[in-house]
Amino acid sequence: MIGAGINRIDGPLKVTGRAAYSYERQDAGQPFYGFIRGAAIGKGKIAGIDTAEAEAAPGVRLVLTHRNVPKQGAFVNKPTIFDRPHPQLTSDRIEYFGEPVAFVVADTFERARAAAALVKVTYAREDGAFDLANHADRAEPQATLSIGLPGETRFGDLEAAMSAGPVTIDQTYTTPYHFSQPMEPHACLADWRDDHLTVYLATQTVAQNRIALAETLGLAADQVTVDAAFVGGGFGSKLYLHAEAVLAALAARELAHPVKVALTRRQVFTLTGHRPEMIHRVRLAATSDGQLTGLGHDVNLQAAVAEPWIEQAATVARSLYAAPNRLTRHSITNLDLKAAEAVRGPGELPGLLAFETAMDELANALDVDPVELRLKNDTAIDPELGVPLNGRRLADCLREGAKRFGWGQRPKTPGSRREGDHLVGYGMAVGIRMHFQGATGAVVRIDPDGRVIVRSDTPDIGTGTYTIAGQIAAEALGIGVNRVTVQLAHSDFPPSAGAGGSWGASNLSIAIDLACQKIRNKIVEAAGPGAAPNDILADVGRWFPEGVEATGQTIGQADDPNFKNYSQNTYGAAFAEVAVDIATGEVRLRRMTGVFAAGRIINAKTARSQLMGGMIWGVSSALHEAAHVDPRHGNWVNGDLAEYLMPVHADIPAIETVLLDDYDEHANHLGIKGVGELGVCGTGAAVSNAVFNATGIRVRDFPITLSKLLSGLPPMRTAA
Amino acid sequence: MKAFTYERPGSAAEAAAAAVRTPGAKFIAGGTNLLDLMKLQIETPTHLVDVNNIGLDRIEPTDQGGLRIGALVRNTDLAADPRIRRDYGVLSRAIVSGASGQLRNKATTAGNLLQRTRCPYFYDTDMPCNKRAPGSGCAAIGGLNANHAILGASEACIATHPSDMAVAMRALDANVETVAPSGASRSIPIADLHRLPGKTPHVETMLEPGELIAAVTLPKPRGGVQLYRKVRERASYAFATVSVALIAKIEEGRVTVDRLAFGGLAHKPWRVEQAERAVAGSDAAADSIADIVLAGARPAEQNAYKLPLVRRTLSATLEHAREGASR
Amino acid sequence: MASVHMETNGREQPTTRAAASSPTLAGEEIRGTSTPKQEANRHSVQLRVNGQLHAVDLDPRTTLLDALREHLHLTGSKKGCDQGQCGACTVLVNGRRINSCLTLAVMHEGDAITTVEGLGTPDRMHPMQAAFVDHDGFQCGYCTPGQICSAVAVLDEISAGIPSHVTVDLAAPIALSETEIRERMSGNICRCAAYPNIIEAIRTVAGGRP
Repeated sequence: MIGAGINRIDGPLKVTGRAAYSYERQDAGQPFYGFIRGAAIGKGKIAGIDTAEAEAAPGVRLVLTHRNVPKQGAFVNKPTIFDRPHPQLTSDRIEYFGEPVAFVVADTFERARAAAALVKVTYAREDGAFDLANHADRAEPQATLSIGLPGETRFGDLEAAMSAGPVTIDQTYTTPYHFSQPMEPHACLADWRDDHLTVYLATQTVAQNRIALAETLGLAADQVTVDAAFVGGGFGSKLYLHAEAVLAALAARELAHPVKVALTRRQVFTLTGHRPEMIHRVRLAATSDGQLTGLGHDVNLQAAVAEPWIEQAATVARSLYAAPNRLTRHSITNLDLKAAEAVRGPGELPGLLAFETAMDELANALDVDPVELRLKNDTAIDPELGVPLNGRRLADCLREGAKRFGWGQRPKTPGSRREGDHLVGYGMAVGIRMHFQGATGAVVRIDPDGRVIVRSDTPDIGTGTYTIAGQIAAEALGIGVNRVTVQLAHSDFPPSAGAGGSWGASNLSIAIDLACQKIRNKIVEAAGPGAAPNDILADVGRWFPEGVEATGQTIGQADDPNFKNYSQNTYGAAFAEVAVDIATGEVRLRRMTGVFAAGRIINAKTARSQLMGGMIWGVSSALHEAAHVDPRHGNWVNGDLAEYLMPVHADIPAIETVLLDDYDEHANHLGIKGVGELGVCGTGAAVSNAVFNATGIRVRDFPITLSKLLSGLPPMRTAA
Repeated sequence: MKAFTYERPGSAAEAAAAAVRTPGAKFIAGGTNLLDLMKLQIETPTHLVDVNNIGLDRIEPTDQGGLRIGALVRNTDLAADPRIRRDYGVLSRAIVSGASGQLRNKATTAGNLLQRTRCPYFYDTDMPCNKRAPGSGCAAIGGLNANHAILGASEACIATHPSDMAVAMRALDANVETVAPSGASRSIPIADLHRLPGKTPHVETMLEPGELIAAVTLPKPRGGVQLYRKVRERASYAFATVSVALIAKIEEGRVTVDRLAFGGLAHKPWRVEQAERAVAGSDAAADSIADIVLAGARPAEQNAYKLPLVRRTLSATLEHAREGASR
Repeated sequence: MASVHMETNGREQPTTRAAASSPTLAGEEIRGTSTPKQEANRHSVQLRVNGQLHAVDLDPRTTLLDALREHLHLTGSKKGCDQGQCGACTVLVNGRRINSCLTLAVMHEGDAITTVEGLGTPDRMHPMQAAFVDHDGFQCGYCTPGQICSAVAVLDEISAGIPSHVTVDLAAPIALSETEIRERMSGNICRCAAYPNIIEAIRTVAGGRP
């Protein structure tokens, strides 16, 4: 059962529109509707706020501002991040553009939206610092990253290696603000009754957001129920508690009536976190035959000092290539923007976009094949931690990918292949993604009638979690997956580390498998020699008239020796062909191949889909996505889906996605790792390098838009 | 969205009368732009006159050998009409390069012409914008203006007109027929329909209050190779960075420009008849045309790349015409 | 297109018979509240959705999408952007796909509206829905109803000879090619980026067509 590419068990509900996402839940009866009004300045104070007209508007039930908002728990910068309380409307201070200044609740959506516009707000505007480039000199070095890793690592003497050369690369790359922008806007339906709050919440972390919400509202955790049965994508942005959840909950309690609110798409830009803009300096030193002697990656990234998210972008090379002289460092630049957050592939996406583009520059400088350069610097031992890199299959990914893609047909000289109106180029890059493990519980119950129920609070945000949880239980119990009912994402179920960070599948699978083992043991104990191991369900009916239940618990990585004795990662290699319009510089992807090694795959179909989607994120990071801040005002200028470009169908050809047959015995007893992030890792650089190969133009300021290529393209016939 | 009253009259005359009866009334047809703007309170009509029930949804031949396109003909139907595809290919091509299938199914001929700019500062009601709030200033000047106008802009506004369809209609010398509330009708050359921003960028067309577009007429077919080249970062469902509508005659490998219009450059579809005349009858050279078209160009901080882009895109489009390519 | 009568989850739907006296949702029905500030400006509209008539009393500001989701509790049609920039709200009106977020419900009296719920049920899926499941043409599922409604309409549009941006010859019949399908599906954004699988699903259904 493990490995089978079965269809998603929640598929029929989703494709027929019967899967109810949080805003759509009918459980609480007819709710009121909330609408958030955001600040029109990036920094300063509310000078005056007049809610009289809004309060008098038809259907309005409540207008909350900093003047009348109920007392809330204070923000605490907990290292656990996703359980931080996030009080709203707490003062007249404005710290970022669009910050909520009022929350209007009315009996219909139309009335709430209209009344929100009637709140009159005047501001005392203050000058803010809104752009990274002009404030980069403020950068402050960081000792520790948000995920707990050291901010700086240093081995040998990089400066000396750079001086010695003989071949060096020292380049600066910029990666822009990105947003997760899941298709389901962040939403919450809050129902307060009998001193208990139930939220139907679009979240990736049930237990953590429950604590965050309880602490914000001054409630005990057991006074809060979180239900996230279906979540319309997250990509990091639903790990955190945001304004919509807090405001809906506050209003529901005030009104003793259910209140629901969804962010508008524009508010998904202002009220959820972004990936910070980054300035990367990458340094590489190599022998003339391509052996790396030094590597360095310095990243300066935007942060809001009150809640800094120090994304681990300069960590990508730490376990990737051997080199005696190494230096990786992170600095943050405090700007008056909303706190940054994790966006899919935190660290790896921007880090590898820069670093693997630099590796391509090195290959070009050395005149060696980029695949050969990676193979030459491969390593079995983590160069910085000194422990084995378990499941290190980078070379396998490279060789398999090169073969499938036809890398041998690569134009050797950049800018040399023309097909019709297009310059054609091939590019490649590798990906690496840290593998984590977080404490996660699951309970498995077998009813006397043979029904098997698996429960955990891990949400399925499109990750296939419902399906793979069923497969793991079916395999462990030796039954068909159709016998298993999976119930997820409810705070009554055992808490998990959540869906995010590519660890949901492995965390949950281990817990389910352990629970199933316990059940098997119980049966053996009860049945003694009479046990029928091939028909576990019959045994349950016979020996457990009340049914049988067991909980499995995955331990956090700090307590797992595997994470001390090994450097845990997943790997991939991506190959891309692009066509660049010779006249306009428009870049279009023609084809792409990705080969990945991510341990044992639970469901070949859903894992492949997730990796494929990740690869398309990589394409997008190279060619499309960037959120722009107006440096005068601090607002997101292109804050909608017409201006913040993400790929559409027409941008994406067929994509070959290959999973190596793999089993990582040092990851966990099931050999499973994760795939959620891996597809985005290095795929952007593969595209970026293909653009260079097509045109001979190296763009180091991402994304690679046509205006950055135009001046370097060959001259056109413009005279008769 | 502010509250409004709603009615659905049964004829064009009734619609025009309804519009003047209620101050603050607006017509709604496809609604794909108006409702978006109403949600943001950029448009705040007090009364909506739904014109979807007044006919004006046919494409008919004119006595002059051209076509009369009802104002309510949907973009999809206009692009798909066999006569448009055969005789006015540039129009069909322009329409299908814009928006999405869903939007084209709803959007109308008149509504497409009257759609408002996509300048992000116009859309952000917390920003200054002379078009949205006259006198408040132009945030795009000195701001993010990579996709703004390089031609015909003013100190008050550097927004572009987002329509692809209108660019083709400009190349085709279309005329816009309107009905005034008095019942009087008139015909406006499309060149005159849209205004340049000047000091009053909020006044976007020469239509009077309550004046309803009834139809767009196309003169008799011009023949030739008809191309529409739209340049954009995303392969579909994105507004033009630059677009070129070209009608050309090809004789013995020589490309002679008949009509040429540009999108993405200005507050209105941009055509320079002087450039067409300058190269009339000769094998077209992109540089000599572009020199004339771009003579008065004044790029903003971030959109100077459009100057070479116009030149190169025009060159490529002329080459396509020469090769007989169809788009 | 076959319209299927079906139950919707949640509250009971009014039938045409009950419609005149039983509006689905008005302020006065809201649980546990009084409605002191009613506006007079409301419109009674008969919406024909998935073959069933629904009488609703609406604020004219209500979009078709919000009427479906909040008043008829047909939440299959999704609100992804509410401004015509994502396609998640795509429904079929008189057989044509539109963005239901950019049209008012009051403008659709008498129209035949088909939502994803009307195409099929979990037990009796429309071939397009089944193909999306088989080809894993979705992950989170939120854009999926819009993708599916769009896909059904795209095949009809190609059959009807409606040209697209990638149609090479405007005079020739239109090929049911991958390029054509991709271009026509481009008004439906999928952030999980299931695009290649969606195209496979559509091609499978298209291949089964006569």
